[in-house]
Amino acid sequence: MSATTGSPGPKLLGASPRRKRVNRTMEVLSSLAAGLAVAVLVIVIGSVLIKGVSALNLDFLTETPAPFGAPGGGIANAIVGTFLLVLIASAIAVPIGLLIGIHASEFARPRTSDAVKFALDILNGVPTIVTGVFIFGLLVAAHVDIFFVHLGGSQSGYAGAVALAIIMLPIVARSAQEVLGLVPGSLREGAVALGIARWRMVLRIVLPTAAGGLITGAVLGVARVAGETAPLLLTSSIASTAVSWNPGQALSSIPVSIFTLSESASPADHARGWAAALVLIIGVLVLSVLARSLHDRSRRRLRG
Amino acid sequence: MSTANPPAPSPRGGFATAVRRNTVDRIGDPTLRVLATLASAVAIAVILLIAYKVLAGSDTAFSKFGLRFLTTKVWNPVTNQFGAGSFIYGTIVSSAFAMLFAAPLSIAIALYLTELAPRRIRRPVATLVDLLAAIPSVIIGLWGILVMAPFMENHLEPALHSVLGWIPLFGGSPSPYGLLPAIAVLTIMAVPIISAITREVFETVPGDLKEAAYALGATRWEMTRMVILPIARPGIVGASILGLGRALGEAIAVTQVIGGAVAINASLFQPSDTLASRIASQFQSASGTVYISSLFYLAAILLVISLIVNIGARLIVRRGIAA
Repeated sequence: MSATTGSPGPKLLGASPRRKRVNRTMEVLSSLAAGLAVAVLVIVIGSVLIKGVSALNLDFLTETPAPFGAPGGGIANAIVGTFLLVLIASAIAVPIGLLIGIHASEFARPRTSDAVKFALDILNGVPTIVTGVFIFGLLVAAHVDIFFVHLGGSQSGYAGAVALAIIMLPIVARSAQEVLGLVPGSLREGAVALGIARWRMVLRIVLPTAAGGLITGAVLGVARVAGETAPLLLTSSIASTAVSWNPGQALSSIPVSIFTLSESASPADHARGWAAALVLIIGVLVLSVLARSLHDRSRRRLRG
Repeated sequence: MSTANPPAPSPRGGFATAVRRNTVDRIGDPTLRVLATLASAVAIAVILLIAYKVLAGSDTAFSKFGLRFLTTKVWNPVTNQFGAGSFIYGTIVSSAFAMLFAAPLSIAIALYLTELAPRRIRRPVATLVDLLAAIPSVIIGLWGILVMAPFMENHLEPALHSVLGWIPLFGGSPSPYGLLPAIAVLTIMAVPIISAITREVFETVPGDLKEAAYALGATRWEMTRMVILPIARPGIVGASILGLGRALGEAIAVTQVIGGAVAINASLFQPSDTLASRIASQFQSASGTVYISSLFYLAAILLVISLIVNIGARLIVRRGIAA
């Protein structure tokens, strides 16, 4: 990596004018491409910011949607819904993801952990709408009892959360595998040499050492699923407009609200859509930036 | 054993605790191992279960329509006739065009970030491109339908039509919904994915090879063409295929801008639909066994395509990195 010099650039002593021209053109084109990508980001975020701010106020965050055609109203139900959905999804995906990471770094043979990695990569590539269809078939259309929770026959917050957990799992697990793999073997050997049991060594030495990276993975997972719409459309979207804390029923969510508002023909709904998008984008970008800085810091610490 | 030397992680020692600890350890070790193994098994089981459930759900539609479903261009809940023909067409065209734009753009961005950009702005620009991937698709779609699509309808499409109207792709009248905005949206979503991986691959190109090219008098572009691109080719191909996988499966943003039409039009201006967006737009209103099963069938087609694409891409990337 150190070889990627900010290269002073060749002096091009002998290069013909044509070669120089081609070179220059390519340099300009690739700079333009980078500029274009940044410009699109700025335009999208700028649009959300400008159009969202005018419709965003405290009432928007604390009130439930206004009846059809009425002015005002908010997305309190969707904020609570998204909070609950993401909370339950994390409660499922984070522990499992962590255990998968532990399995890879402490117990599994290389071939096994390669197979698990492959499965996780494939899972990551499954279109989220297909995950939604899957959960629809598993937990919405069919009737199931999981412990004392009865699911099925209709959409539910649980179904939506499980779908989100499946999307989150590969993100959390892959980063856990990677980060735990970076924990120096000497730490483990030192702990074992002191006579500590393996599981204690994992819980008290390995996990704390990698804590920063593990949290990064979880935060990235949360940021990813907080904005997921497709699976919720099939599993938790036909919801009442009241604020509901009951995941046994379908919960509203910010992404699904944005989707519905964007499909409406009324400019008032578009304004609400922009405001909801602003709420979501602030949340997601804050989480992403947070994850990035945590990631860089923990990497520096682990790599030394 | 555990009391032999004091600086153990837990300094509270004593014989009684040590004995209790040994008992706990006898349970703790295997428990952790079993839990961890189970968790890994869950990851593999979920994939298999998804495949099973989606295929099982499409059973009714499969026995009714068979493989004809893939080529039939009809979607009529009233007569209970369904087919995926036009959606497969829409999926392929929208993703293929998105790749046509996204792959060169991403390679150029990766080149800029690894070779051209001044050191100080490298990281900030890379961060911004990565953040583009973090924007939820529903927001890209919202922007697409309310900002980009009107611009395309009023400015871009008339301009394209007047200059290139003789090509069927740009024939027909401009419209607010259609393949073109869908292609744009998919390009926006694929670029950060492809450029991030491509950048990583570019960074693995050995510096002495680059310097050797420079020493022979190559310009920066000639060095890129003769050193970086050949070495990075498998990585670029793999990255592009991963981006393609993302584009094929994107449901929400596409649903918002594509117009949801059951039609095969040569013109990119006309409404169309993809497999993923059809599922997203129809599922809530779907009723009846055949109707729902047909949506499962669409999901099954999409799953098979994305599995092939993803596995292919991983294998290529892996081979490229190993080489």
